[in-house]
Amino acid sequence: MKISKIILACVPLMWIGACNSGNPESTPSGGAMAKNNAAEKVYVAPGEHDEFYSFMSGGFSGQVSVYGLPSGRLLKVIPVFSLDGEKGYGFNEETKPMLQTSFGFVPWDDAHHPELSQTDGVPDGRYLFINGNNTPRIARIDLSTFETAEIIEIPNSGGNHSSPFTTENSEYVVAGTRFSVPIPQKNVAISSYKEEFKGALSFISVDPEEGHMEVDFQVLLPGFDYDLAHAGKGKSHGWMFFTSYNSEESHTLKEVNASQNDKDYIAAINWKKAQEYLAQGKAIDMPAEYLINRYNEKKHMAETEKRTSVKVLLPQDCPGLIYYLPTPKSPHGVDVDPTGSYIVGNGKLNANLTIHSFDKMITAIENESFAGDIAGIPVLNFEDVVAGTVESGGLGPLHTEFDGEGNAYTTFFISSEVVKWKLDTWEVLDRIPTYYSVGHLMIPGGDSKKPWGKYMVALNKITKDRYLPTGPELAHSAQLYDISGDKMELLLDFPTIGEPHYAQAIPAELVKPNSKKIYKLDENEHPYFTKSESDARVEREGNEVHIYMTSIRSHFSPDNIEGISVGDQVYFHLTNLEQDWDVPHGLSVMGAQNAELLVMPGQTETLLWEPVKAGVFPFYCTDFCSALHQEMQGYIRVSPKGEQLPLSFSTGE
Amino acid sequence: MKNLPRFIAFIASALVLLLFVYPLWRITLEAPQYPEGISMYIWINQITGDTPGTLQNINILNHYVGMQQIVPSSIPELQYFPYVVAALGVLGLIAALVNRPKVYLIWVIIFGALAFLGIYDFYLWEYDYGHNLSATAPIKVPGQAYQPPLFGSKMLLNFNAISYPAGGGIFMGISLMLSFLAYLLSRSSKKTPVNSASLKAPKTKQKAKPHLQHF
Repeated sequence: MKISKIILACVPLMWIGACNSGNPESTPSGGAMAKNNAAEKVYVAPGEHDEFYSFMSGGFSGQVSVYGLPSGRLLKVIPVFSLDGEKGYGFNEETKPMLQTSFGFVPWDDAHHPELSQTDGVPDGRYLFINGNNTPRIARIDLSTFETAEIIEIPNSGGNHSSPFTTENSEYVVAGTRFSVPIPQKNVAISSYKEEFKGALSFISVDPEEGHMEVDFQVLLPGFDYDLAHAGKGKSHGWMFFTSYNSEESHTLKEVNASQNDKDYIAAINWKKAQEYLAQGKAIDMPAEYLINRYNEKKHMAETEKRTSVKVLLPQDCPGLIYYLPTPKSPHGVDVDPTGSYIVGNGKLNANLTIHSFDKMITAIENESFAGDIAGIPVLNFEDVVAGTVESGGLGPLHTEFDGEGNAYTTFFISSEVVKWKLDTWEVLDRIPTYYSVGHLMIPGGDSKKPWGKYMVALNKITKDRYLPTGPELAHSAQLYDISGDKMELLLDFPTIGEPHYAQAIPAELVKPNSKKIYKLDENEHPYFTKSESDARVEREGNEVHIYMTSIRSHFSPDNIEGISVGDQVYFHLTNLEQDWDVPHGLSVMGAQNAELLVMPGQTETLLWEPVKAGVFPFYCTDFCSALHQEMQGYIRVSPKGEQLPLSFSTGE
Repeated sequence: MKNLPRFIAFIASALVLLLFVYPLWRITLEAPQYPEGISMYIWINQITGDTPGTLQNINILNHYVGMQQIVPSSIPELQYFPYVVAALGVLGLIAALVNRPKVYLIWVIIFGALAFLGIYDFYLWEYDYGHNLSATAPIKVPGQAYQPPLFGSKMLLNFNAISYPAGGGIFMGISLMLSFLAYLLSRSSKKTPVNSASLKAPKTKQKAKPHLQHF
């Protein structure tokens, strides 16, 4: 009697249980299979949103791509360091200044490491920083618009690789040089490397309100290759750690000559001490020419500012500013655990991982227990600072991230795997292959004080047979793993844009509510803003013609323009009068030697058109905007050079 | 007891004045590509939307089928309605102060008539917007009008138009009912103290009637 009652009572419960497991984690047929069903774990139903935004560097594409996790769906490609015809970035007059450098217009770069801004050591969803490695720069992307808001050029740098890692409250993002160069630049023999070449580590301050970046100071170091960096956190807040290789200071055939020393160094920089020295006036003002390009969201255009000097701290003048931690085998990544206690040196030519202890480092510094010095920089004893070694069984460790549960995950490029190990005991807990030859890995918040340790993404360097072949060039591959259990589990492969070196991810709810839908027309301060159709007009100033043009579904105003001659510089200043979400209008003009405009609601953008032939040329809207999009077109008449009709323009006449 | 109608009339006046705080009517357009809907709010003195751009967005959509632009500044009602509503509120307050059935009745009649005329006027505007279409409209559907319903929902091509009173309209309705209640109560409360004896007599008579019928 009792048993049958229990069974009867359980039947509806089981039914409810089965229904619950059906949504949203698994399909209705899921049930007991769900645990190992990778497809269900990455399935985001049509119309639903991903749990995380993931930002991947574009590597040699120079851009940032935004993916949803766990689905691996591409959400946006944000143009940063490279021209992008799709959005007119770097082609329209407003964004051309973004790519200006002291070398002139540099329309490409190699973007490596995205880094989210942080508050109290946790990603806050305000900004994404990313480095340009080739012509040293750091960009700041505003995550309310997902647009590049600022690019600062880094002086005295030769390859901005250990960048743009942030301090706990984004007081600084850093820019260490991977290629040492003569500082200041001069025409010297390359063989004078050891005498003339220096490595500059730059600390870029970030304004807490506006986000504006400035080079606060640089530290000038011996000419090693400063490879990667991470800030201390918690107890080690106030310190910044940079790996270096090429402590041999070689300048040729580095693959051999820079791999000779058994140990290179992690440079530990006390940036709070640096601030004291700055306040004491210990910095020297070194002439340096570099540009800062800032996009003004009200004016809808970028403006360039030039800087002509930089504050430089020299270690020999600033005791206590910097120490070298010997670290085996050309360390690549340097990663600080969420508590700030451990500094992981990923010795890339090694089988094992070296972990330094922050506490031991401080004790050694206090005891002045130094093995010697390099150019006045104290070198600590390896035995004094090492906390432990992970006997990994792998080969070629590159990068480590953390799950916030006391575990660390390290990529091994050569043995193509991720190894999970335990902090404090240094024991290996699990390992899983990657396809193939993983570089960075990323756990959402995995380099911060508060990792969201549910997923891990491996960013692989070699693709080969993972997807349908596309000729010799293949997309780089990312792999998503579930790390919520004891064992790592491969869930998903997805191709990526360019070469994602590193990535960052953040829970969607920290970004999504701030995402702008439109720009407000009544906040538009663009100098060529056209407030309404009745203000649309054409004005001539010498051979410059300025068209104050508007777009609204489904016409341009004006859409008939005459009085242009070959040799004129015609500026189409297009204001999109729409104030509705997701109604951009494009503008392309026949024969334009740049790109289209793609103008968001409330925005003004400018296309420069220099007609080379007489005739009548069409222009049209490129973004399918409405039922009458095909009708959204106009004509501009061009007379031969020397002939000039009076300017006239109209719409609907 | 004597102050109850006065109290109710005060509340009714306050409620009608809430038309200055809440919109009178709400028209929402729903379509697949507008998952969040587009809502327009009709106030006694303005027309607003979910966002500052909503009215422009509705006008853009309307222009495809040749509807006129909704331009609040060209709608005279939005200029004088605030005075009408203020007057109604003041009249209610006067009625409450005077607290006599006749004054309440006058208030109720004026209130009711104006409410009816207001809604009828709204209907006429809707009719005009829905039927008076441009001859050069890009999209012409023979026989199709685009008048949104006064109360309820209706499919207009791809849009489902939903129209209901908003906060202010609901308060106005309650206010109208309360004003009528104040009038009713003022009648009975006036009679009770002044003429209680004569009132009681017919009451017993009335009560007796059913008994008689039973027998």
